[in-house]
Amino acid sequence: MHRWGMVIDLAKCTGCQACVIACQAENNVPSSNPEQAELGRSIHWMEILTFTEHEYPNVKIRFMPRPCMHCDNPPCTKVCPVKATYYSKEEGIVGQVDLRCIGCRYCTTACPYTLKSFNWYQPHWSPEMKNHLNPDVDVRPIGVVEKCTFCSHRLVNVREKAKLEGREFNPDEYIPACVQACPSGVLYFGDLADPNSKVSELSKSIRAFRLMEELGTKPKVIYLSEEV
Amino acid sequence: MEAKKDNLEQDQVLLNPILKTGKGFYLAAAILLAITGGAAFAYFKQFVLGLGVTGMSRPVYWGIYITNFVFFIGISHAGTLISAILRLARAEWRRAITRSAEVITVLVLFFGVGNILIDLGRIERAIYVIYHGNFHSPLLWDVTSITMYLTASSIYLFLPLIPDIAILRDNVKKRRWLYRFLSLGWQGTEAQKRRLEIGIAVMAVLVIPIAVSVHTVVSFVFAMTIQPMWHTAIFGPYFVVGAIFSGIAALIIAMALIRKAYKLQDYLKPIHFNNLGILLLVMCLLWFYFTFAEHLTTFYGAEPVQLKIFYAKLTGEYAPYFWSMVLFNFVLPFALLARKKTRTVAGTVIASISVTIGMWLERFTIVVPTLINPRLPTGISFYHPTWVEAFITLGCFAFFIFLYALFTKFFPIVSIWEIREGREKALAEVEERIRTYLPGEVSGEESG
Repeated sequence: MHRWGMVIDLAKCTGCQACVIACQAENNVPSSNPEQAELGRSIHWMEILTFTEHEYPNVKIRFMPRPCMHCDNPPCTKVCPVKATYYSKEEGIVGQVDLRCIGCRYCTTACPYTLKSFNWYQPHWSPEMKNHLNPDVDVRPIGVVEKCTFCSHRLVNVREKAKLEGREFNPDEYIPACVQACPSGVLYFGDLADPNSKVSELSKSIRAFRLMEELGTKPKVIYLSEEV
Repeated sequence: MEAKKDNLEQDQVLLNPILKTGKGFYLAAAILLAITGGAAFAYFKQFVLGLGVTGMSRPVYWGIYITNFVFFIGISHAGTLISAILRLARAEWRRAITRSAEVITVLVLFFGVGNILIDLGRIERAIYVIYHGNFHSPLLWDVTSITMYLTASSIYLFLPLIPDIAILRDNVKKRRWLYRFLSLGWQGTEAQKRRLEIGIAVMAVLVIPIAVSVHTVVSFVFAMTIQPMWHTAIFGPYFVVGAIFSGIAALIIAMALIRKAYKLQDYLKPIHFNNLGILLLVMCLLWFYFTFAEHLTTFYGAEPVQLKIFYAKLTGEYAPYFWSMVLFNFVLPFALLARKKTRTVAGTVIASISVTIGMWLERFTIVVPTLINPRLPTGISFYHPTWVEAFITLGCFAFFIFLYALFTKFFPIVSIWEIREGREKALAEVEERIRTYLPGEVSGEESG
């Protein structure tokens, strides 16, 4: 039994978007264009939300990386009529099966974080990108919903590798692409079920908070606020 | 057999739409089918290119297709529910209107379900709802409930149709095979009549809880989420009331149209419109009460996430929709229906058209403002339906009216045998019933 979770230290985030790009490349997230982005059709599994405070010239912009919250009590899995999105009890990950999805978009409306994306058009990539799709991740077709999976294909890979090498699987081997790419060490990843893991330790920090905790969704993404 | 023939002459006008078809019908059918064709083209485009051809986005994942779904399912409450209640209440004025009401239900349900299918990203996987159904999902409750409702109301439409089909079989020359098959060997014997009566009575009772459940679970699609101004316990009854409200309006419009087209002024009289107008007035007041209660509760509680949507509706971008809804759903129909002087055929029809528009707007202001104001900002603050969505919506209305008109060409839209039963049996029965209400008389079995 694992409860994979992420800690995001907002004090360190520079808004460089490296996590966003790493996620797009790793997970075959299709490219958008300015017109579609304007219409709110871009797909982001990982996204940097910006919050602008105060007036010019004392503007302060806060950045907030936003993956899927992988709630322990997810509002999206309950409403899916075909179990295309589900909660894995073994890993604590909220999965999304594009082959099952009928595209009703009920989960997208039920998610209080509005973080799920829909394939409004046939997905497309620039020719350079098209030849470098990740074979470990499905290419989602038109008309289905998709979202961050905590790069669960990587978990499968490291587990198999450990098995082949005839040794115990080490949880530290499992790192999602965004965590790996972050240059300023904003993102931490690990098993929240293990009380000695780094993420468990950080989740007890006085700066720790979860997004919309009051809704009872029990997110496994924990933010560390900029100030105490 | 002899008596039957005699009576038929009296009700000949009810058979006329089936016997002869004028130019007007073909013209109307051509226009309606042309609009439907446009909608089919629009859907083809959407099917090929994807839902990107609509105005939807993140966070407005649902738009006017879902609005139409809720609206059409609401209209379906016109028929079966109203007809069942009137039958059970033994309201004698029901005889001329039940059929036209029941047909609305059965036909419009297809458009409610159809809009959900049109809204799916991958319609070819719709069957997964049955293969891999998740009974935790309110959408599956909808599937279950609407399927049951469609089945029950089809039976409820068909049962009282049997004696009329037998009349057609015996008196109409065309489509004999169809009428012979559908009349299921009806001869009008006492035993058959008794069985039919039991069947109709059982279905009338069954259909009421099913109808209530249908619109309750439609509201649950919204109410079961934790989104602001959706997650409220009032939605179940609020949607049921709105459904009956729009349903009666649709029925009045349909009655006015068939009355005019087939010259049924002698059957659909001002008194029918007056009585339905009073029912509409009651629903209008109930609707206002629910709307008022819902919005006052939200305003008084003053939770910021809720208020954002509240103000989007009352003073913000959706204010034109909201206030036209209040005008069309309350101010106008109330003014017309509250006074006997304006509760005429024309008056009730104007009120009904107003309510139909108003209830569509109500569904729209429930679906969109909540979606467009999510808890986390997405930067999108607009939803403009495209021509594809508009055409498909128009096509639904056009095709529905076409199918309704087609029904009137196959079956009598006013129940012949029930009118006849009214003349032959009910007159005496009603007198007898009233006698039991009065002091002095002792009656053993009457309990009504």
